[in-house]
Amino acid sequence: MEKFYQKTHEWASFEKTVATIGISAYAVKELGDIVFVSLPEVGDTVKVGTPFAEVESVKAVSEIYSPVEGVIAEVNDELIDNPAAVNAAAGEAWFIKVDYTKIGALVSEAEYDAMEKE
Amino acid sequence: MALKTPLYETHEKLGGKIVEFGGYLLPVNYQKGIIFEHNAVRCGVGLFDVSHMGEILISGKEAAAALRRLVTNKVSTIKVGQCRYTLMCYPDGGIVDDLLIYKFSDEEYFLIVNAANKDKDFAWITENISGDAVATDLSDKIGQIAVQGPLAEKVMAKTADMTLIPKKRYYFARDVVVFGKKCLVSTTGYTGEDGYEIYCDAADTAEIYEKLMEAGSEIGIEPCGLGARDTLRFESSMPLYGHELSAEIKANEVGLDMFIKSDEEFIGREAILNNPPAYCRRGLKLVDRGIAREHADVYGEDGQKIGFTTSGMPCPTVGGAYAMARIKADYAFDRVFIDVRGKMLAAEFVPMPFYKKA
Repeated sequence: MEKFYQKTHEWASFEKTVATIGISAYAVKELGDIVFVSLPEVGDTVKVGTPFAEVESVKAVSEIYSPVEGVIAEVNDELIDNPAAVNAAAGEAWFIKVDYTKIGALVSEAEYDAMEKE
Repeated sequence: MALKTPLYETHEKLGGKIVEFGGYLLPVNYQKGIIFEHNAVRCGVGLFDVSHMGEILISGKEAAAALRRLVTNKVSTIKVGQCRYTLMCYPDGGIVDDLLIYKFSDEEYFLIVNAANKDKDFAWITENISGDAVATDLSDKIGQIAVQGPLAEKVMAKTADMTLIPKKRYYFARDVVVFGKKCLVSTTGYTGEDGYEIYCDAADTAEIYEKLMEAGSEIGIEPCGLGARDTLRFESSMPLYGHELSAEIKANEVGLDMFIKSDEEFIGREAILNNPPAYCRRGLKLVDRGIAREHADVYGEDGQKIGFTTSGMPCPTVGGAYAMARIKADYAFDRVFIDVRGKMLAAEFVPMPFYKKA
């Protein structure tokens, strides 16, 4: 499914009313080994540009910002036991699924790749 | 402006992710990442650029007496060829730095100090040196490479005459020929593993490093950055200046009493003898999920603040998240709560070191 990217390195893909959200391969490469992921709960509300989760590498903690507004429908609990899954495949290791009502400023994969190279 | 070590280009060639540390541009990790590098040192062998460390020579007929006044540990009992760890204090017992003393002779002592502290240390030493002793800052002339891990000996054996290098930890030999260059080699390190530190002419550092990489390639030598250096030293519960040690923290509050010998006079001795420790350095293991980093407040069972973390991270070899913390000396319970960005995470005291080599 086509992915769209936020400047803060999150991706979102959309199917009907549900947005699936993860972080970009570029962000994962910058973070290094991810050793801990903290996630919100189903039913929590997310807003565009506000943090909804944290990922921790050996050295640092980073916040993950929501690219959409809405209510969390599903949380990928597997990441809690296996945070390395994000390193293994950033595009598949989704964090949350959101019943979205609004979408923030997103760019296509090609535009995002171009931004990274700057 | 950040300085480059003699190995800067080598790090770039190896794909090191460069950051600034202690005024130097150094790799935090290479392509395979911190955990991979950490494991390489625990199970195999890793190579570190530690050229940023400072080297100060104390020389003179009265060098031993002058040095003794400056440090907390005994100098008179160090043998020629032996290294000794010590703290250096201000008159109030606060810590100037922690360092290694290498005894070259009765009249020459070589000090290895922290990169970020070396100018401050040199100024302090120069100001407080006594008798005919003289301090010389050799930092810019010397490169330093650490070869660490259970297979470090195999790598060294490919290049140096091992009969010249002491077997015992915390000893050294000068004039060991490594790839044709005269080096000082000591059985020291900051990883909790056996290994060597090689001191060479700054101009020879890159050649020696690259040849060590080649020599170790068959047994899987890995270049290691500051990230792994930190997880390795942390897991072995070794203090790091600026974290567990500082000018505000007194020498008798950090669990290093075995390196303080108060039967002889030294700067800070009165303060240390007259003031029982208000805090101590303690190890914590997180019970709740999460990672406490440095400078997180620590609360007791009764909700009172009892200290703060000085370092905290996951321990790759032993597993789980740990912290070292500055805790009130009179806190008597086993459990605490650490404020991790507003969440109170339970943690319990555990003995240090968190990891001990089998």
